[in-house]
Amino acid sequence: MAVRTPLIIVLLSALTALFFLSVIIGPAGITMADTLRALLWGQGEAATLVMREIRLPRAILAVMVGASLGLAGAAMQGYLRNPLAEPGLIGVSGSAALGAVIVLQTGLAAVWWLALPFAALGGALASVLLILLLAGPRGSSLTLILAGIAISALAGAMTTLVLNLSPNPFAASEVVFWMMGSLSDRSFDHVWIALPFMIIGWILLLSLGRPLDVLTLGEDAAATMGVATGRTRLVLVLGIAACVGAATAVAGAIGFVGLVVPHILRPFVGARPSSLLWASALGGAVMVLAADLAVRLILPDRDLKLGVLMAIIGAPFFLHLIYKTRGEVR
Amino acid sequence: MSVFPAAFRTIALGVALLGAASLAASADAPKRVVSMNLCTDQLAMLLADEGQLISVSHIAFDPLSSPMVEQAARYRKNHGQAEQIFAMQPDLVLAGIYSDPYSIGLLRRLGVEVVQFPMERTFDDIRANILKMGQILGQQDAARQMVTQFDTDLAALGSVTAEHPTALLHYANNYTSGDKSLAHHILLAAGFANATTEGGIAAAGSVPLERLLLLMPDLVISGQTYPGASRAEEVLDHPALRRLREKQSGARLTDAEWVCGTPFVLRAVMRLVDIRKRM
Amino acid sequence: MTLLELDHLTVRRGECPVVDHVTLPVAAGECVGLIGPNGAGKTTLMRAALGLEPFSGTSSLAMLTAVERARTAAFLPQARQIAWPMDVETLVALGRVPHLPRGTAPGAVDRAAVDDALHRLGLDGFRQRIATQLSGGEQGRVLIARALAQQTPLLLADEPIAGLDPAQQIATMQVFAGLAQEGRAVIVSLHDLGLAARHCTRLILMHQGRLVADGTPNQVLTPELMAQVFGISIWRQDSPLGPVLQPMGVL
Repeated sequence: MAVRTPLIIVLLSALTALFFLSVIIGPAGITMADTLRALLWGQGEAATLVMREIRLPRAILAVMVGASLGLAGAAMQGYLRNPLAEPGLIGVSGSAALGAVIVLQTGLAAVWWLALPFAALGGALASVLLILLLAGPRGSSLTLILAGIAISALAGAMTTLVLNLSPNPFAASEVVFWMMGSLSDRSFDHVWIALPFMIIGWILLLSLGRPLDVLTLGEDAAATMGVATGRTRLVLVLGIAACVGAATAVAGAIGFVGLVVPHILRPFVGARPSSLLWASALGGAVMVLAADLAVRLILPDRDLKLGVLMAIIGAPFFLHLIYKTRGEVR
Repeated sequence: MSVFPAAFRTIALGVALLGAASLAASADAPKRVVSMNLCTDQLAMLLADEGQLISVSHIAFDPLSSPMVEQAARYRKNHGQAEQIFAMQPDLVLAGIYSDPYSIGLLRRLGVEVVQFPMERTFDDIRANILKMGQILGQQDAARQMVTQFDTDLAALGSVTAEHPTALLHYANNYTSGDKSLAHHILLAAGFANATTEGGIAAAGSVPLERLLLLMPDLVISGQTYPGASRAEEVLDHPALRRLREKQSGARLTDAEWVCGTPFVLRAVMRLVDIRKRM
Repeated sequence: MTLLELDHLTVRRGECPVVDHVTLPVAAGECVGLIGPNGAGKTTLMRAALGLEPFSGTSSLAMLTAVERARTAAFLPQARQIAWPMDVETLVALGRVPHLPRGTAPGAVDRAAVDDALHRLGLDGFRQRIATQLSGGEQGRVLIARALAQQTPLLLADEPIAGLDPAQQIATMQVFAGLAQEGRAVIVSLHDLGLAARHCTRLILMHQGRLVADGTPNQVLTPELMAQVFGISIWRQDSPLGPVLQPMGVL
């Protein structure tokens, strides 16, 4: 496993810097010195509340969600050997959102706190299985995208329906949140809900480095090189469902992270799927932190949705990839 | 709500008396009145003569928004749609300034008289709307009596105080109320200062939660939550606010007593005075 | 030493047997050419022998665990898949994965195996080239090198020389023959009967799923069998440079 030290250093530095900025910048206009005093030593009652209960969990969630989405994208692309495979675009996030919305509106989530992440995971799981079933072992671009369109459309429509049927006057307007994602007003509650699932997802997906490397040569070659293909698929499906499900449960469906990040980083790791897993986890965290920061700087009071920004950045990448791979689209 | 002091009974009594003691309407008063707005519903139910009001809006039947659910049961329910209201053959329709202009326009073209009431933003607006409703329904004396009772009850709440603790009005979506709102004046009437305006956030609207926290109010008054779930309401229980409430105090307000400028705001004032006295 | 033992290996697609009761031992030192018309069952036979297809009968390879099998036999599939733009050296080094316990980095032995494989295929100058940017024939050689780097006693290669230029076809067959001489065994499917005659120590002729002939090139490449199985006439001659065989016409 080639360790690309310079890349890791660059990504970790960017992560640290953005995390720092994310914590010190906010609408409350607390000075940098005061933010750090409040965060580290709890000085200043109001500032401490703001730092420890609002900004810190938000920055931590950005890292967690970004890492999960970047990792899930890299793993899915590695497995399907297709750079267009991304959980957000092919409806996995949308299905996770549907699962989340159903337990929230039926009140299950209020009864049992794990119902929310489990339901989102269930939604994600169903769609990943469906996608793999439709796209086959080697995800051809055409079936992948067509299946993705259908699953996204269905999940989006059902999410809208559930929210429209809600007795809650605010629910209907929150379709946007579930489809575009946002980290505003999240708290440590959300960190604790998502973290266990994400850690499981990270462990599962990061364990796939070697199988994904070997799958570069195709399923048959991989199977004769000691890769248990059935087990690999199971681990992949569960890992993606855990990562995307947990991320969507707390932050809504944020698309394009899993597409853009592996695409940018692939040349820097020599296109090696195993190295790309680590790099994309770090890169995803950097990307979502940066996007969330931008969201707050561009329109501080309007809760601009993260997914909107990600789509503005990501859609050109996607189009470029389609253009590049159009020869092999079958 | 047994904790409420005698003042509560005074108001309840006052309101009840008004309903019973309404004087006979003058001959040219409207005889088939339909109200299509929650706030005009309440004023009309309080002031109309027996049989004079035939229908109130469906929201008047919703206990989350209406303080007069029991009384509403005596009337027909309408959904604010012109066709349904016209079929009731009203000679007067009461609406709010923000009621659906399309429905109102249609009713007017059909020859039905529609009177729109402005939103009450101050206690003076409340007095004005009570008198206006009395005028329109031909119940001027009852309306004047109600205003007098309102002022008496308000004075009896004993809200004059030297200390003015700050209270934050916090609704779904981090919405807060500035000085142009009835809620602001309810706070003042109860002897509180509005943390939002004190903190220099003049306009009402969505304010980032961290800016609200920096106000460090003595009391957090949270909007009520509706059935189902929403992210908008999730902020009301944000851990940062929970922390704040552990140190300070918090109260959950019921929309029913806050949204309309009717004598029922006195219940809201009374609850707040009670909280302030215990702080 | 027997490296592969197939006993009445049968693969069915529905009712129709694609591989029909093939019994076959392969010993160390053999370079076995697998010949037969399109659809004769060559690919299916190899895949079933490796346990990649459900079958009845027995295959000694399919009985091993995945890791044991990967250390016993390397497989070069017909479809040349290189999914990502990785450099040649990294790609060939993937052949070492079965020998690396989880979490260990490649060591000197592994680097030597990769160097040896690259050298045998004449790819020394290609180490840092991006594999996906190479020509089809070059990619084919890179993938053969990957299979060699696995350094297994047995190598199964499915049409490895298809699409290579004549020099590379000969060079590749010489590599396989060399492996056999070193005491390993190679099973290679191919359509070039001339190369099969010159470089294989043994030929297996398949037709409609059945093993029709099994023996030395001289025993198998008879005009009668060629006419019966391929429907072609052949011209063959033993020259001072070795046997020469040329398909001449369709019967």
